Amino acid sequence: MKAIKEKHSLAMRWCHWVNFPVLSIMIWSGMLIYWANDEYSFTIFGHTFFRFFPDWFYTTLKIPHRLSEGMAFHFLFMWFFTLNGILYLIYTVISGEWRELVPKRNSFKEAWLVLLHDLHIRKTAPPQNKYNAAQRIAYTSIILMGFGSVITGLAVYKPVQFYYLTWLCGGYHFARILHFALTLGYVFFFVIHIVQVILAGWNNFRSVISGFEIVNEEPKPLIKTVKNDEHSE
Amino acid sequence: MNTPNKKIKKELTVEQKISRRNFISFGTFGVLAAGAFGGWRWLYNSPLEKAGITAGARKPLRRVLNSNEAVLRNVVFSENNLVKTYPKELAAKHARVNSYIGIEDEKPFDHETWKLNVIKKGGEVLQIGLDELKTLPKTEIVYDFKCVEGWDQISHWGGVSFRDFIKHFKLDEYAKMEFVGMETPDRSYYVGLDMPSAMHPQTLLAYEMSDKPLPLHNGGPLRLIIPVKYGIKNIKRIGSITFSNTRPRDYWAEEGYDYYSGL
Repeated sequence: MKAIKEKHSLAMRWCHWVNFPVLSIMIWSGMLIYWANDEYSFTIFGHTFFRFFPDWFYTTLKIPHRLSEGMAFHFLFMWFFTLNGILYLIYTVISGEWRELVPKRNSFKEAWLVLLHDLHIRKTAPPQNKYNAAQRIAYTSIILMGFGSVITGLAVYKPVQFYYLTWLCGGYHFARILHFALTLGYVFFFVIHIVQVILAGWNNFRSVISGFEIVNEEPKPLIKTVKNDEHSE
Repeated sequence: MNTPNKKIKKELTVEQKISRRNFISFGTFGVLAAGAFGGWRWLYNSPLEKAGITAGARKPLRRVLNSNEAVLRNVVFSENNLVKTYPKELAAKHARVNSYIGIEDEKPFDHETWKLNVIKKGGEVLQIGLDELKTLPKTEIVYDFKCVEGWDQISHWGGVSFRDFIKHFKLDEYAKMEFVGMETPDRSYYVGLDMPSAMHPQTLLAYEMSDKPLPLHNGGPLRLIIPVKYGIKNIKRIGSITFSNTRPRDYWAEEGYDYYSGL
């Protein structure tokens, strides 16, 4: 029999869906800024494999000659990105939901088994609660990365006033490299995340909007006692 | 919500609950998403500010830049926060020349006739020659010059600290005003600076670069080196200095850039 199983809190869903467009705008405006001096490339032993980014990429996305615009957008949306992240952190700590999120002692070992399972090499996956071991690592990492983006961002934004952050990030140059690399990390995360969400199917996707999943189980007495008032809050 | 007097409705089936919650949550999600998209379109298509001291930025975004400036000036900035300095050996021999705005010459620049004009109250002009400036104590700095475009370069400058300049020429009452304006002799490049940044101990009126007289294309005979600002505020070949309680005009702030542009 079908039953409703609560999965994601309203706060988590809110923060997730606020973060998605805000981070997209931060990445886009960041590229408008980066274009003005696009110095990063991938070079090993003197051979440059690729540089960020090819000209067709810039022209297609209408990036060139928009530095001042990029800065103006970046320095507005930085507030939303940071505040939303702080809100999420506070909620996750106070509600105790961090217990479902942060990796456990055996998560790193288990994550490997999850990976083998997802790649159809292994038949069974380790038992899990809300998130499996790989998810715990990925979702905790993405929060730490967001924190890193704020710190490295401040270190690059005001390297004189926040000199201690710039020092902490290994100097102005390294702070900028980290800030850039973290952004590449988000894009990488996004690609994997989208593939996984598609593979996981509708029931999983809906839970990040509605908050619940539908499971097949014998209805527990708990369900019967629930009043027909709002659960979706 | 159920109220006590209300008749208790029939328990909803699981299917009904599911569709009901889906309806509410997806409906809310759709409305919020549409609202967010509308908000973004509004911001993206918002009109440019009315051209004045600042220009070229979307109106709401300019307001945010100015609000950020208020936070940075009132909460974050401290003159005790010094720019990191480096040993001389790390300085570039030839500092990068990124712009000629304000120093393009039709005829060769005449060092002899150049004077720094300090505009005082009532239109009185204090004219100062380079030789006179050189009698003041020399301050040197080797630091990482940062361009708003994203490049930076360690460079070595020598000159008169702006603080010493103010004190020597008895401009202290002018330094109580809120802003300093500087313009090139041809008035085609100009910057506005908040007084705390101008009076930062590392701000220089520089006449030397790498221990040599400042080359013309690097801003000779006298340029501003203000390490707490991006390069755009480091005006080359200063012709005049003014003081005011309103923002002086600023070349790049008229092109959509942040007026403050502090570091």
